[in-house]
Amino acid sequence: MNKQLIPTLIASAVALASLPAAAATTVTIGTVNNGDMIRMQELAGEFERSHPDIKLDWVVLEENVLRQRLTTDIATSGGQFDVMTIGLYETGIWGKRGWLTPLENLPADYDVEDIFPSVRDGLSVDGKLYALPFYAESSMTYYRKDLFEQAGLTMPQQPTWEEMRDFAKALHKPDQEQYGICLRGKAGWGENMALVTTVANAFGARWFDEGWKPEFNGDAWNEAIAFYVDLLGNYGPPGASSNGFNENLALFNSGKCAMWVDATVAGSFVTDASQSKVTEQVGFALAPKQVTEKGAGWLWSWALAIPASSDAKEAAESFVTWATSKGYSQLVAEKSGIAAIPPGTRLSTYANEAYMAAAPFAQTTLESLEKADPNDATLKPAPYTGIQLAQIPEFQSIATQVGKLVSGALAGQMSVDQALKSAQSITEREMKRARYY
Amino acid sequence: MSISTVQDGVPAVPAPGPETVKADKRLHSRVGLLTVSPSVLALLVWMIVPLAMTIYFSLIRYNLLYPGENEFVGLENYYFFLTDEGFVHGALNTLWLVGATLLISVVAGVLIAVLVDTPFWGRGIVRVLLISPFFIMPTVSALVWKNLLLHPVSGVFAAVWNFFGATPVDWFAEYPLQAIILIVSWQWVPFAVLLLMTAMQSLDQEQKEAARLDGAGPIAIFWHITLPHLTRPIAVVVMIETIFLLSIFAEIFTTTGGGPGYETTNLAYLIYSQALLQFDVGMASAGGLVAVVIANIAAFILIRMIGKNLTEKA
Amino acid sequence: MSMLTLKQSRRLQTVLIGGLAWLVALAIFFPIFWMILTSFKTEIDAFATPPQLFFTPTLENYVHIDARSDYFHFAWNSVVISFGSTLAGMLLAVPAAYSMAFFETKRTKSTLLWMLSTKMLPPVGVLVPIYLLFKDAGLLDTKTGLVIIYTLINLPIMVWMVYTYFKEIPKDILEAARLDGATPAQEIVRVLLPIGKGGLASTVLLSLILCWNEAFWSLNLTASSAAPLTAMVASYSSPEGLFWAKLSAVSTLACAPILIFGWLSQKQLVRGLSFGAVK
Repeated sequence: MNKQLIPTLIASAVALASLPAAAATTVTIGTVNNGDMIRMQELAGEFERSHPDIKLDWVVLEENVLRQRLTTDIATSGGQFDVMTIGLYETGIWGKRGWLTPLENLPADYDVEDIFPSVRDGLSVDGKLYALPFYAESSMTYYRKDLFEQAGLTMPQQPTWEEMRDFAKALHKPDQEQYGICLRGKAGWGENMALVTTVANAFGARWFDEGWKPEFNGDAWNEAIAFYVDLLGNYGPPGASSNGFNENLALFNSGKCAMWVDATVAGSFVTDASQSKVTEQVGFALAPKQVTEKGAGWLWSWALAIPASSDAKEAAESFVTWATSKGYSQLVAEKSGIAAIPPGTRLSTYANEAYMAAAPFAQTTLESLEKADPNDATLKPAPYTGIQLAQIPEFQSIATQVGKLVSGALAGQMSVDQALKSAQSITEREMKRARYY
Repeated sequence: MSISTVQDGVPAVPAPGPETVKADKRLHSRVGLLTVSPSVLALLVWMIVPLAMTIYFSLIRYNLLYPGENEFVGLENYYFFLTDEGFVHGALNTLWLVGATLLISVVAGVLIAVLVDTPFWGRGIVRVLLISPFFIMPTVSALVWKNLLLHPVSGVFAAVWNFFGATPVDWFAEYPLQAIILIVSWQWVPFAVLLLMTAMQSLDQEQKEAARLDGAGPIAIFWHITLPHLTRPIAVVVMIETIFLLSIFAEIFTTTGGGPGYETTNLAYLIYSQALLQFDVGMASAGGLVAVVIANIAAFILIRMIGKNLTEKA
Repeated sequence: MSMLTLKQSRRLQTVLIGGLAWLVALAIFFPIFWMILTSFKTEIDAFATPPQLFFTPTLENYVHIDARSDYFHFAWNSVVISFGSTLAGMLLAVPAAYSMAFFETKRTKSTLLWMLSTKMLPPVGVLVPIYLLFKDAGLLDTKTGLVIIYTLINLPIMVWMVYTYFKEIPKDILEAARLDGATPAQEIVRVLLPIGKGGLASTVLLSLILCWNEAFWSLNLTASSAAPLTAMVASYSSPEGLFWAKLSAVSTLACAPILIFGWLSQKQLVRGLSFGAVK
């Protein structure tokens, strides 16, 4: 009698304790504080209303903090998150490790085939999809039509970097707080190195040769970095070496930049009157090329994934499919205007005439995304996948360090040669440490 | 002051015999051991468990992104950490950061404390304003300085420079370490002011007055009376601030990310980049241990220099 | 000028010193003032050049923050964690400091220094070991977990501060109480605490400030349920688009409680510090 009492008590206690849990599953979502995700958080009330058995808990953090937070958790199988907002880069690496739940058997109305093929490929490992894209972006050129007209210049459909420099030179008027060109200068693999790698790609460079040896001591990198430092240093805004996406967006929106090469998602910000002074004057062109068109524009996606350590996979999956569905796009269109639909993920968005008419940047975004191919992004063949990145675990750290060196060269703390020499030795060291050779 | 009153209140008792004193001492040292043990034990656990794990991790290959490949690698992690290009920069920058901030906060702290020592209109408010930055979160103060004050286009400093017809300075590119020192000093000068301001109040005014009547000027009074009086509180300021400044991290993370180049990478930041960018736990562990050794050397030197002031009764 | 009497020149001196002191104080306070001011601007005003001192104030940033995050949830966590770990820290620090100050052995000083040197281990170096321990103990994203971490982090400095205050107390007082038959616990409660009140209060205040502002562990060991205000600030720190004004507003909200608390308790803090640091 007594022997059974305790187990019974425990069992009933457990049952009692798990009752409320059964009534509502809590899904903890870790996400970035970008505008589109904040909108998702606002609209998630709709989801909770249609799924009364699911409660959403939000952890919204700045990109860098979030990334380290999520990586620590998933690598130690901490199980603190049920939905993680991760990039194209992590999805590939984590998927391969078996840390993410594969997303198979998605409902038919989700229409997986509607997702941009390049984005879908980027989020898949061995044909299995590991994350659903929330939005995707390439990079493109933003320019001020009014300033170009005044100066009698015309922006080609896809300029070369040489042409960009001539335009910048003509339009650089620092005494009027008008700067020729704004580009990312803030160190970071997702900041300056995203842009710098696309410049380098255009100049015919690559991160690694077929034997995983870095090529910073080659001519292509030298030309590219020297060009970038000269361009941004002479015709850029003051403080260029600490400007990231955000800072440049703020500068461009307040009318201080004549040109800007950056993410296609900025299209909806620069044309949004509540934050931009130049909505009417913005023109769009493809990201600049040079000796090659390959890898001139990058490819990135923020996607929603479910870690293998989650204890609420089913509920998490229903949220993830909701937030990346066509229905969600429709909801955004109703609530915030059609131009605010998360861009770059679904072909159907770009087949929608209302969207194409309402979003002046959509056509260029579409062309940029179609051109971006992570499997063929360099003039000479490369052993890695990725345009502005190499999808290997070491890349994040290597590119962060190289990014610091490039920003050091831009700030004039060291010469371009010095920076590249250090970059070469750091990268060789790290690759050796990771046992590539 | 309050001490003497209590003392007076204690009734006089006959001195105990030598036997009782001895037994009493033994009993009390056991009591002492018992009472000290919870916190020493807590600290021991806090130190030993992670320390043991850290030592173990530092000897194996352990990268979070390569699970399962955890073979023993001997001192490879230490070798890679010590030969890292950032290591020498990191050590030197740490030294600069700590040294410069200490110097600034002590000098500014003393001057400000002397300045607000004489009564004037609104002194209470002035004091509150002076110590306020100490209450602000390091991340917040870094963000405010970076975005609202030092920003080369829209910052307040840029506006001041423009007003005088000068070209605004791009602080985090041209003077990155100095900018960080400025931010850190802004947070820690108030702490020095707080301590020294209080210390000033206990300065013997009669002694000062006597010196003045003897014909000593304000500078002589400052050197020979005020400054010696402040030695001990200055030692306390140096001690506490050193502990915190050695591991400054948030300010660098938020503003420069250690760059440009290695200009603002200190040891704490270097270890951070190993641990949370490369997720190389092995090397971060090795780095952490190296940092502890360095900190202990610094502590040893510090104790040698000012320790007497702290542990001895002044 | 030569007609100035001694009294007048003294008065002039006071005015000059006062003026200078006000100037320095305003300069030091300016960043905080500017942050609060910016929090009432629109985003476009906040980024305007030259920066504007006069503008039409707006509450839109606060409204936005209120809609997006649950301020009181974060603030409550900050309060619980700060007070909890300060309490735990004092319960450990006072007895330790007591025995160190009054039953000194040869090892006391080295113990003390060793405690202080543990403060110098960069937290990021032990993040992964701690994360794994916390995961196994089920302490991730709990207030208890943060209380434990903060207590251990601040313990060395608390022990050291309380130790310096206790050192100032003449041993005879304790001897006297002891001969009256007081147990060590009674000694602490009846004799030491009343005398060391000021010093203990300032230790408590310092610990509260340090806990409130700690931003490494609070970000890395929490998710949603235990996240304090530092995590809330991190969610506004650099989103896309203009963010200066919202950032200022959230910073103001995060710092206001501790700032006001600090202002109110300033006198106490000063008195306590003087007790230990000044002869």
